[in-house]
Order: sequence, then structure tokens, then C-alpha cells
Amino acid sequence: MIRLERRPAPSRTWTYLAPLLAVLATMIAGAIMFALLGKDPVLAIRTIFWDPIFSAQFGAYSRPQLLIKAGPLILIAIGLSLGFRAGIWNIGAEGQYIMGALAGASVALAVYPMELPVLLPLMVIAGALGGWAWAMIPGVLRTMFNTNEILVSLLLVYVAEQILSAAAVGFLRNPEGGGFPGSRNLQSYASAHNAEIIAGSGLHWGVVAAFISVIAAYVLLQRHILGFHIKLAGEAPRAAKLAGVVPARLVLFCLGVSGALAGMAGLFEVAGPAGKISIDFGAGYGFTAIIVAFLGRLHPAGILLAGLLMALTYIGGELAQLMLGLPAAAIQAFQGMLLFFLLAFDVFGHYRLRIATGRTA
Amino acid sequence: MTSTDELLAIDGVTKAYPGVVANSDVSFRIRKGEVHALLGENGAGKSTLVKTIYGLVRPDAGTMTLDGQPYAPADPSAARQAGVAMVFQHFSLFDALSVAENIALGMETPPKRRVLARRIREVSEAYGLPLAPGRRVGDLSAGERQRVEIVRCLLQNPRLLIMDEPTSVLTPQEVEILFRTLRQLSAEGTAILYISHKLDEIRTLCDGATILRHGKVVGDCVPRETSARDMAEMMVAAKLDMPVKTPAAPGPEVLAVNALSLPAQGQFGTALKEIGFTVAAGEILGIGGVAGNGQDELFAVLSGETRTEPDTVTFEGAPVGRLGPHERRALGLLSAPEERLGHAAAPEMSLADNALMTAARRMGLAPGGWIDRRGVRAYAEKVIAAFDVRTPGPQTAAGALSGGNLQKFVVGREVMQDPRLLIVNQPTWGVDAAAAAHIRKALIRLAEQGAALIVISQDLDELMEISDRITAICDGRMVRPRPAAGLGMNDLGLMLGGRDPEEEAAA
Amino acid sequence: MDISLINLIPLLMAASTPILLAGLGELVVEKSGVLNLGVEGMMITGAITGFMAAVSTGSPALGFLGGAAGGAVLALVFGVLTQGLMSNQVATGLALTLFGLGLSALLGQSFTGLKPPHTPDLHLPVLSDLPVIGPMLFRHDAMVYLSLVALVAVWAFLRHSRPGLILRAVGENHAAAHALGYRVTRIRLLAIVFGGAMAGLGGAYLSLVRVPQWTEGMTAGAGWIALALVVFAAWRPVPLLIGAYLFGGITVLQLNMQAAGVNVPVELLSMSPYLVTILVLVVMSALGAAAGAPGSLGRAFHASR
Repeated sequence: MIRLERRPAPSRTWTYLAPLLAVLATMIAGAIMFALLGKDPVLAIRTIFWDPIFSAQFGAYSRPQLLIKAGPLILIAIGLSLGFRAGIWNIGAEGQYIMGALAGASVALAVYPMELPVLLPLMVIAGALGGWAWAMIPGVLRTMFNTNEILVSLLLVYVAEQILSAAAVGFLRNPEGGGFPGSRNLQSYASAHNAEIIAGSGLHWGVVAAFISVIAAYVLLQRHILGFHIKLAGEAPRAAKLAGVVPARLVLFCLGVSGALAGMAGLFEVAGPAGKISIDFGAGYGFTAIIVAFLGRLHPAGILLAGLLMALTYIGGELAQLMLGLPAAAIQAFQGMLLFFLLAFDVFGHYRLRIATGRTA
Repeated sequence: MTSTDELLAIDGVTKAYPGVVANSDVSFRIRKGEVHALLGENGAGKSTLVKTIYGLVRPDAGTMTLDGQPYAPADPSAARQAGVAMVFQHFSLFDALSVAENIALGMETPPKRRVLARRIREVSEAYGLPLAPGRRVGDLSAGERQRVEIVRCLLQNPRLLIMDEPTSVLTPQEVEILFRTLRQLSAEGTAILYISHKLDEIRTLCDGATILRHGKVVGDCVPRETSARDMAEMMVAAKLDMPVKTPAAPGPEVLAVNALSLPAQGQFGTALKEIGFTVAAGEILGIGGVAGNGQDELFAVLSGETRTEPDTVTFEGAPVGRLGPHERRALGLLSAPEERLGHAAAPEMSLADNALMTAARRMGLAPGGWIDRRGVRAYAEKVIAAFDVRTPGPQTAAGALSGGNLQKFVVGREVMQDPRLLIVNQPTWGVDAAAAAHIRKALIRLAEQGAALIVISQDLDELMEISDRITAICDGRMVRPRPAAGLGMNDLGLMLGGRDPEEEAAA
Repeated sequence: MDISLINLIPLLMAASTPILLAGLGELVVEKSGVLNLGVEGMMITGAITGFMAAVSTGSPALGFLGGAAGGAVLALVFGVLTQGLMSNQVATGLALTLFGLGLSALLGQSFTGLKPPHTPDLHLPVLSDLPVIGPMLFRHDAMVYLSLVALVAVWAFLRHSRPGLILRAVGENHAAAHALGYRVTRIRLLAIVFGGAMAGLGGAYLSLVRVPQWTEGMTAGAGWIALALVVFAAWRPVPLLIGAYLFGGITVLQLNMQAAGVNVPVELLSMSPYLVTILVLVVMSALGAAAGAPGSLGRAFHASR
């Protein structure tokens, strides 16, 4: 008989081991999935995990993509992780990402074509505010009426998508675009362009912001009493109250920070790699960031690694699509599977497996 | 005693959990119609043993025989079918369901709803335990809730009724009623296995007793012919020196609660009604009461988790009703709640983090919000040393400690912050006798050093032992505090029922 | 375009059926004390597996069966993770949704653009010939009636049957239910699989009847609305029906208004069901509906000593 037995204290070893095993298990399960799709499993796995970085043929293109994709994932996931730690579930980062991009792009398009040195910083602030404001809706509703923030934040994604499409075909449409949906391209507007800092590296200001957020979150969680209260609220809400934590303030803080970071991620994307507001601007970063946050154990350093890994699967997925004709959806299923395996292996952090000899009286 | 007389025989039952042997080679006998006590301290293995009899735990070794037949219930359902019923210590009831639904859930083949309702009325009245089948269990008092459990058992005509610490939630008067019911059952031939650590109860009620210590049977006796002292010595290994509280000369008033009324929070909360009292420096005020009569609500108001009008709570003359726990701690008003895991401590966090939790402000562990890791560690180590907390060190997770050790840490964490006022809720609940004595001594010493203390407890012996004045809370109301010296158990019983003994005497 | 009740009600009933089915399933799951946020993922999986089964067999009935099976299998994954391995229910539910969206897109690649076999309407004898209410209420496909039968069945099960009582007990206080000897994990697993099958059925109704074709992400938040419905209904079946028909009504109304070219921005109309859902959630939570939630909802259970 196999039983699970609660550990008196969570195992540190498993905290680190679980994500590694999850990645490994996902590779195996993914290989089986690819084989079922009639693809060479080894080749597919190699194409996804190895070629984007090490292939002589594609490396030059995909290596910078790694940072471009990882930047928004990390930035959003860092914000989400604070809330997740405190038991506050913002799962609408995708909507906050869109609203941040819209707010930031609106600032730029309002002053177009004036060249202002402070325009990009202003846009960043506007983007952060846009995401923050969108996240404040579930925040305020939760604190005032105790409305479930999971459902509200998620439903607001659909609302944000409608606003996005209204913007793309309406109020932000490029007047010189010949009636096609989509805004002006900010890449060709020097003051508003979030350009690469080192050409060909993929390093733009959004990636820098992501790295800063990792360090800031690390310091907050490890060194500051506020970070301690966030962790405490997640571990033991009543104990947090006894320690003087005001739950409503914590909800607003966590949702606000995650919204602002998601909004900034959206702004950096629209002003940089994407270039413009278009109907399909929302690329699912807000949802994938949830996986990144969990895979990174809600720990800043872990999120950094997880963000890079998840970016790799994106790029590798595209490559596999190109080279092997692997469907784009396969990579989405692949990412979901990764989260499943992680959650499954996580059990061993809190429980140990015991094979009992079932002797009865 | 003839063998036909014997109902249940336990032979060599052993059950081990990782790190602890809960039962080791336990053997004893229960006769038909006997009220048999299982006596032992917290952690002596009583609960594991009765769960084994009720089919919730499978023993690693040993056999049981019920009425001459081998008995090895695979689950509680099998136990019930064999005629074994159990009333749990922490009630196994469903607040949102009705009395009838709760009872139906505990029966193998419940009759139709209307028939069941009629039988509930019949049985409950026959045994002096009136119950309305349609009422929601969440709205019942602790005593009534226990009735639901008992009636649930009785409807199945059990041969053996197990009662796990049944009186811990009852007033002395309710205990009387319960004992009458149990004697009636015993006279009808139902055997009762009565688990308790209260010696006087066992001496008045039980025909035989088996005493457990550290999972082993250390003796048996006929309680009526054995002194409480002898039983206690069998139950507790070492002789404990009990703390003695010397009555304090009352100092200046530290805390005053004025006309505190608070609507019930949530579905099954208790409303507080017109509570007013004061505590003076150097004094320990004991607040008794049956569980669920507003103790938790009162604690939250005092700790600052629930905020009130400013003047409702005044501390050293200043209104503090609006202040949160953090601000109150800065003033010297500290608190240690009842529930260790999840309220007083975060189980998965280290002891160091748990020290930081409530000591950050007073001990200067996070100046300007930045955590002083070394200081936190040092403070946790100080508490561990001073309160003899058995643990590898401050990095150990709080949940890995035994109840007694964690409770010593939790109380120590507050006591060592040199509070002006300390409020503790159930300071020794579920704690072994040695740790309990340690904690009580620390509380008394704190009062002797001039701090004011409020001790909320359901343990009347504990209150008598350490309090200067005693009051009780019943259905959200508080009776007038009275000096502990000269209070009898009967007076306490009246107070627990919400009545003032002096007025009763005058009436 | 005629926006009258006679036209609206039959459309409303059809539009409500997917969320009613999924909501009923989730209601049972939550009554057992489990919060499965993966409804969207199970619905979309049911939508594609149902579509695949229907297209490849030509039978709508087998299609619905396939949809239910698809949802149930995905729910089983959730069940094993949360009940067997004690994983966090919120995180696992989210994973289920993300995985379901990916998996369905993968499965559905070669099915885009196909037309499923037609699901015929059942004209209930006599009743369907009644004037006015006949065409309004009694000329639907079998699934609309099935959803109503399921509603009554769930109501009766929870209210009057012993297994229903046990399920509620498990959801209310799992420790007490365990102490009485009920198999908490097994009961919850069954509830979870039932919830998955119902969500899958709802998804299949979308791809086989409502749309009817397969497109990626076609559930478009219906699963989340179903989750919100359960809160709206305060975990009771009858208000769930009212809620589902309310949302169905808004959906139909806004679609008709879009078609009629009413002078309101299309986007505003499209977002209205989500906005109304949020509004209703706010009103219900302000009224304290959360108090009706099962006592052990979302809490992991482990039978330690």
C-alpha cells in the first residue's frame, strides 16, 4: 500500500528538485505527444530546447528573441508572484497588459509627431498606470464588497480585448493606414520607440525593467517587513492579521503592483517588438506568466530562470512549427503540461511517500 | 467476572507513527454495561486507541474481540454495524445541515425523514436530552451539539459507546445531565468507554479504569476505591511542582473595557453584549466559559484584530479601540491566541520568522521596515532558551514542534517582550502537563513583575490556580468578576451559565 | 430585426444551455468542497472532442457523449492532482484551463471549417402545437431539455437523496465526514468527474449546435461565466437556472442588437455579458452570498491522524 504522509516541515530539496523533474517529465510526455503527431520526438525536443540557442543556422536570430520574449513574461510573473504568495489571485494580467499598452500608446499617439526626450518615460508611467487602474477594479471590488478577484480579473481580460479591438479599428487607428485596423507604428517614431539598447541583443528597456523587478522583488521578500507580511498572509492569514497586516491594504498593494508591472510589460511591447496596437496584440503573455510564476516557485530568481525557459519554448515552438510543421497549439499544450507536472511533483515537498506493509490486526 | 460478561477485549494493540509509538502493546477488558475510563495525559495515546476501536485507525499489531467474536473493523461503518458508536471530542458535526441530517449521516440505514424526526424526539426525551430535529446545528450551543452526537449514537442501540473527552465543552450543570444519561445507559446494559483526564469525573462515574502513559498501559484500578492523587501519580510520570500564585496588591488600572457590544461576525459567530471590566497591574484576570460563547470574539477585540469605537477599549487611560494589533503592541498590549497552527504561528515558517511576526516592533527587529536577520535569530534563540523549547534551532519550522513546545514558544515570544498587558487565550490547551506547568509559572511570574494579564480558558482548574479574579463569558455576556479565593466549583458552574452566584444566593 | 419575446425566448434557452450545463456540473463539484477553476479548459476540450466524435461518426448523440468524455478525462487529471497529490486547487484549475486551451487547439487542427452533423429539434407532441408557448418552449433540440432534466435531477439529488446528503456533508466539513467514515477523496473524485462531463457537454453544445463549427478558443469565457453563475446562485440549483437564462438573454439580446445595427459600438455590446457578470458578482458579494459557500470549499483534505 502506498500512502502519502505529511512532512512536519516542507522539504527544501524538493523545492528545487520539483521544477527540474517537471521539466524533464514534460520533455518525456512532450516527446510522446510529438510522436503521436507523427513527428520525430527527439528532433522535436532538440528543436525546441537546443536549436534556438545553439544552432548555427538559427541562433543568431533566436538568441535575441529569448530576451524579447522573456522580458514581459518575467516582468508580469514577478508581479503575479507577490499576489500568489499572499493568496491573492490576479489571473487577469493579460487584460492589464493590454490596458497598459493602450494607455502608453495613447500618450505617444496624442503628441505625435512631436519629438520629446521624455516621451518614452512618460509612456512607461502611463502604461504602468493603465495596468494598475485595470487591476484596481478587482482590487477595489474585493476590498469593498469581497467580490472574488479571480473571476473579476479574468472576466476583465475579455473586456480589455474588446477595448483593444475598438482602439485598433477606432480611436487609435492609423489615419494614414488606408483604413486597415492598427495604430501607427511606434518603431518609426523615434521618441516613442523602445529600441534595443545593444543592437542585435534583444535587450530593450522592458528587459532591463524585468531584471530590476527581479532584484527589487528579491530584496522586498527577503529583507523587508512588507515582503515578510506578504509571505505570512499567504501561509497563515489569521496569523498575518495578528501581526498587524491589514488584508485590504495587502490586496490593493499586490494587485496594484502586478497590474502596474503587467501594464509596463504591455507598453514596452507595443513601443518595441510589436510596434503598434493591433487587434491581435494580446499574445497570451499574461496567461503564460502564471505558469512562469509557479514554475519559478514564486521566487524572483526562479522566475528569472523560468521566464527564460518559457521564452525558449516559445521560440523553439515557432522554430519547430517552421521546420517540422509542428502545430502552434502543441506548444501551448506543452506549457500547460509543464504546470501540471510541476504541481504533481510539488506534493513531495509537503508529503513523503511511504510504502507501508499493510498488516491488519 | 465470567467470560460471558465480557464485551470488548483488547489484546496487545500496537500502533506506531513515524517518530512516535502511539500505542504499545495495549490490553484491557470492558464488561457489558460497564462504564470504563481510559485515563491519561494529552499525548498518552488515548485518541489513537479509541480510533482503532472505531475503525478509523488500523493497528500495526494486536487483536480485538467483541462479544466473543474477532473484531477488526475496516472502517467506522463496520464498527457501527458491530454496535460500536462514538462521540467525538471535536464534534463531527456539519454546521450548515439540520439536526436530522446530521443524525442521518451518522447512521447506517436511516429511516425516512418523518420517522427519523419522530425517533429523534422520542430518544432525546427518553434520555433527558431534548432536541429539535429541524434546527440548524450551527445555531446550537456546545451542549446541544453534543446532544446531537449522543442521540445519533443512541438511535443505533450501541453495545459500546465511546466518549472522547465529552465534558471539556460543558458547564458543570450540563455535566450532571450527561452523567445521568450515561448511568441510565449503563443500567440498560450499554458499555461506555469514557476518555478523560479529569480525575474527579472518573471517580464519580466510572466502574473501572485503565491508565495510559506514553502509549502503554501503566495500571488499572477501580476509581471509586482509588484516590485522585494515586491515579494522578500513575498518569503523570514525574511529580510536578504546581505553581502558586500569591495574591497581588492591586496596582493601577491598566485596561478597561467599556460597554462593548459587537454584532456576530459571520454565520456562526457570537455577538458580544455590553461587556465591561478592568484589569490592574500585577493582576491576573481569568475569563472562563464554555467554548463558542464569545471568547474568540472578545480576544480579537482585545488584540486589535477587531476594531471598535475608540473609547470601548482604553489602555492606561488612552482610547485604543481603533488601533490595530501592531499599534497596540507598540504600547505594550500583547496577545497570544488559542489556535497555535495558523493563528498564533505560521506552521510552515521558521521559529525565527514566527518570532519576527509579533516581536518586530517592540524588539526593534525591523528598523525602518528592513529586517534585522541576526537580531531576529538572536531573539528567537533567547525565547527558545528561556522557555526550554525543545527544537533543533530557530530555523526549524513551527509546525514541526510538538504542541507543548510550540505553545511555550508562542507564550514565550510575548512574555519576553516585557508587555504591560498580556492577553492569552487557552494557554495550555492540548499541552502536556510539564509544559503547562512551565507556561503557568511564566504567566504568574510576569504578573508578579507588574504586568496585567487576561487569561481566557475553558480549564476551570487552571483558572482557579492562577487567577486573582475570575469572570465568565456566556452567550456573549460577561458576569461580574469575583475574587478567585473562596470561589467553589458550584459558583463557577453558575458563572459559566451566565449567572452571578451572589445574586443567586440572595434570590 | 424583430427583438420580441417570442423570438428571444427560444434563442435565449439555446444560448443558456452551455453555461447551464457547465454551471450545474461546477455546482456539484463545489458542493463537495472542491473549487475547480478549469471549467473553461474542460468546456473547450469537450467542444473539440464532441465535435470530433460527431464529425467522425456522423451522430450528434455520440458527439455529445464524446464531449462529456473529453471533459471528464480532463477533470480526472484535476482530480488526481488535487485529491491524490493534494495540489493547490486554484493553481491546478488554472493549469487545466491553459492546458485545455492548448490541447483543444492541437486536436482541432484538421477540424477547422468542417460542419458537424445537424442536431435535430424535438417537437414535443401536443405541447409544441400550443399557440405562442409551443414555438417558444417546446421546439428545442434534446440537449435543451436534457439540461433542464439535469437541473431537476441535481436539485433532487442534493435535496432529497442520501448520496446527495453525503456529498453536501463532505463539502461542508471534510474532517467530520471522514471521522464518520465517509470516503472524502472518492466522493470528491466522482463529483469532479461529473463536473467535467457536464462542462464537456456544455462545450460540445457550443461546437455542435450553437455555432456550429470548431474554432480555437471558441468558448470565449463561457466557462468563467459558468463559475460566476455558481456564486450568483449561492450554490443552489434553481437560482442557477435563473442566472443562466439571464446571461443567455443578455447574450442573445446583444447579438440581435449587433445584427440589427443598433447605434451602439459593437465592442460595447460584445463586452456586455462579461460586464453584466461582473456586476452581478459584485451585487451578490455585497449581499453576502459567499456565506452560502460550502464550509470546506477549496481546502485540501488529507486523512492524517
